[in-house]
Amino acid sequence: MRKLLAGLAALLAMTGVGAGVARAENITFWTWRQEDKAAYTKLFAEFTKAHPGVHVLFRAFPPADYQTIVSTALAGGKGPDVLHTRAYGGLEQLAKPGYLLELTPQNDPELANLPASAKTALAVRSTGKIYSSAFSTQTLGILVNRKILAEAKVAEPKTWAELLAACKAVKAAGKICIANGTATGWMDEVFAGDLTGPLLGQQFFKDVVAGKTTFKDPKYTAALGKLLELKPYMPPGFTGIDYPTSQQLFLTGRAAMFVGGSWEIANFHKQNPKLAIDFMAPPAPDANSPRLVSKFYDGGYAVVKSSKHQKAALELVRFMGTKHFGDQLGAMLGDISPIEGVKLADPMLARVAAMDKQSVPYIMLVSFRYENPTGSELLQGALQKMFAGSMTPQQVGASVTAGIAKYYKPFQGK
Amino acid sequence: MTPAKSRRHRVRRGLWILLLLAPGAAVMTMFVVVPVLGAFADAFRSFQGPRPTGWVGFANLRDVLFVAPYAAATWRALWHNVVVFTSLMVVQNGLAYLIAFALLKALPGHRVHQVIVFLPVVLSAIVVGILWKELLNPIFGAVNELLAMLGVQGPPWLGDAGTALASIIATNAWHWMGFPALIFLAAMQRIPRETLEAARIDGATDRVLMARIIWPLVAPATTIVVILTFIGSFNWFELPYVMTGLDGSPGGATDVLGLLFYRTAFGGVSSGLEDFGHGSALAVLMFIVVAAVSAVALRILRAREIEL
Repeated sequence: MRKLLAGLAALLAMTGVGAGVARAENITFWTWRQEDKAAYTKLFAEFTKAHPGVHVLFRAFPPADYQTIVSTALAGGKGPDVLHTRAYGGLEQLAKPGYLLELTPQNDPELANLPASAKTALAVRSTGKIYSSAFSTQTLGILVNRKILAEAKVAEPKTWAELLAACKAVKAAGKICIANGTATGWMDEVFAGDLTGPLLGQQFFKDVVAGKTTFKDPKYTAALGKLLELKPYMPPGFTGIDYPTSQQLFLTGRAAMFVGGSWEIANFHKQNPKLAIDFMAPPAPDANSPRLVSKFYDGGYAVVKSSKHQKAALELVRFMGTKHFGDQLGAMLGDISPIEGVKLADPMLARVAAMDKQSVPYIMLVSFRYENPTGSELLQGALQKMFAGSMTPQQVGASVTAGIAKYYKPFQGK
Repeated sequence: MTPAKSRRHRVRRGLWILLLLAPGAAVMTMFVVVPVLGAFADAFRSFQGPRPTGWVGFANLRDVLFVAPYAAATWRALWHNVVVFTSLMVVQNGLAYLIAFALLKALPGHRVHQVIVFLPVVLSAIVVGILWKELLNPIFGAVNELLAMLGVQGPPWLGDAGTALASIIATNAWHWMGFPALIFLAAMQRIPRETLEAARIDGATDRVLMARIIWPLVAPATTIVVILTFIGSFNWFELPYVMTGLDGSPGGATDVLGLLFYRTAFGGVSSGLEDFGHGSALAVLMFIVVAAVSAVALRILRAREIEL
């Protein structure tokens, strides 16, 4: 038997098949997106075809537990080979302590396909070193039910005044105008970031990041105050309406608008393909101002430094940084890849990508989710109180500023 | 048996006991003792992501107790735990005591009622949380639908700072009431019939019987119920997590130490970052509070127990 096996091995080596057998290795990819399994499996099969012998094992964990599982695994030296990472502060938490492999133009030439803003989102701020290739961008806007708007005889609202008028008409027609409730904290941040972006304008965000102003700025608190004008058009008992209920109100055609992100498009299409939905940019303060969307990078793909299959893992991350992979993400999952030259066949996604050209940063995630207490956690709880009437917009601005001032010097003493 | 034989017997018996205890002790050490000691150590460290970066002494404990904004969240959460414990003692255990007395009277159908009262206890807290979250939904929920039929507009139970915590406490009471009821009933059934009959002959009403005769005699059961309710209240996590989320929505109105610890240590979804140092400090504080208060309460409650 042993002789037979030795003979077989010699034969394989002579025919060149042995080289493939020797390279055979399984690498693991961890993600929080179980719903994407079919698409990734297909893409990984393509990768294996181009890299014979390298198989990728897809493993998904619940989004709520993902960061905990990843941290625990990495701390115990048991992580995967390739990791689906968050961007910004979430990435920095893993990259700074040295769990991820630095990506350079030498080991990952595909980085050249990314715009500069993506590289910033996927780097450690203090060193500028990149640790992840990009996954997708997300855009905050408003999903609208075209049928309800048509029945209420209103057009797409382009200004804040038009939004209020449209909501008044929708309400008069017996429907809920805005599906969103405020019971889910992170969605409140999305709601506020989405709708206040155009009201604040790009300069405000530049000033906040430069430390020239704070969230106590009357411009910011006035923008928060505008959100309260929407209360009559939100669902009854909206403070007790959570994210899934808001989604259901929109998906079942009971509400005309859902203030959310581009990640909902594919999900909503899948859940109710008959729903006539559209994605629009949030309304501008007036007809002469731009309708700015809020934009952020949703994460990326990183090589775990302790991986025993680092070379193969790096090959996979390079594959995930190609234009072809970006095209497929759009086609199969409805994700907008930031890779230069990516084509979006879906007209709605293409429109969203066009909206991204006039954008503001989703400020707390992009700039204030690097240290505790994060701007996000400070804002989310305060917004819930503001909508419930127990905090004023000025108090929200002051409490967020005071919290961030713990570690952000430009806010200290202001 | 000679002294040598007896010594050999004792040694062999000791070895047997050791052998039988070893697997359990090993599991307990690995999964309880080591993590608890680890959490104690982590409370005195600073972290960068999941990696410890150095010792910081009592800084984490000082932060969570006295430094803004950590301290405000800690004291608010602790206060909510106290409210939960007090409310459960009155609502859940008070009702359980009354139900146990009613069941003791063995009225017609008492066996069915005994099962009905205990039935929710066997359900998982996650199932109960989801069920009641749906029932309390302001739009689709059955509770507000029922109120609407009576012409009353129900509040957004879990979205109103004034009703959110009370709603979760009520859910907990519905879920767990059967357990203390069963403990009280078992204790009541141990009271000799003559004692109760003698009281009846002396003219004791139900109220007098419950307050003056049965209450002191079920003191050992009360001790168990109080201690278990206290530990449960201060480790409260599943129900608020499922019903109002990790951030103790709305605006921290349902935040308790369990949620705060988890959120601080592991980070919130789309909000906070991991902070194992401060998280462990909170865990240590919870451990100290639960252990110290339980020990003192046990001593006080044991002192009032009466042996018949």
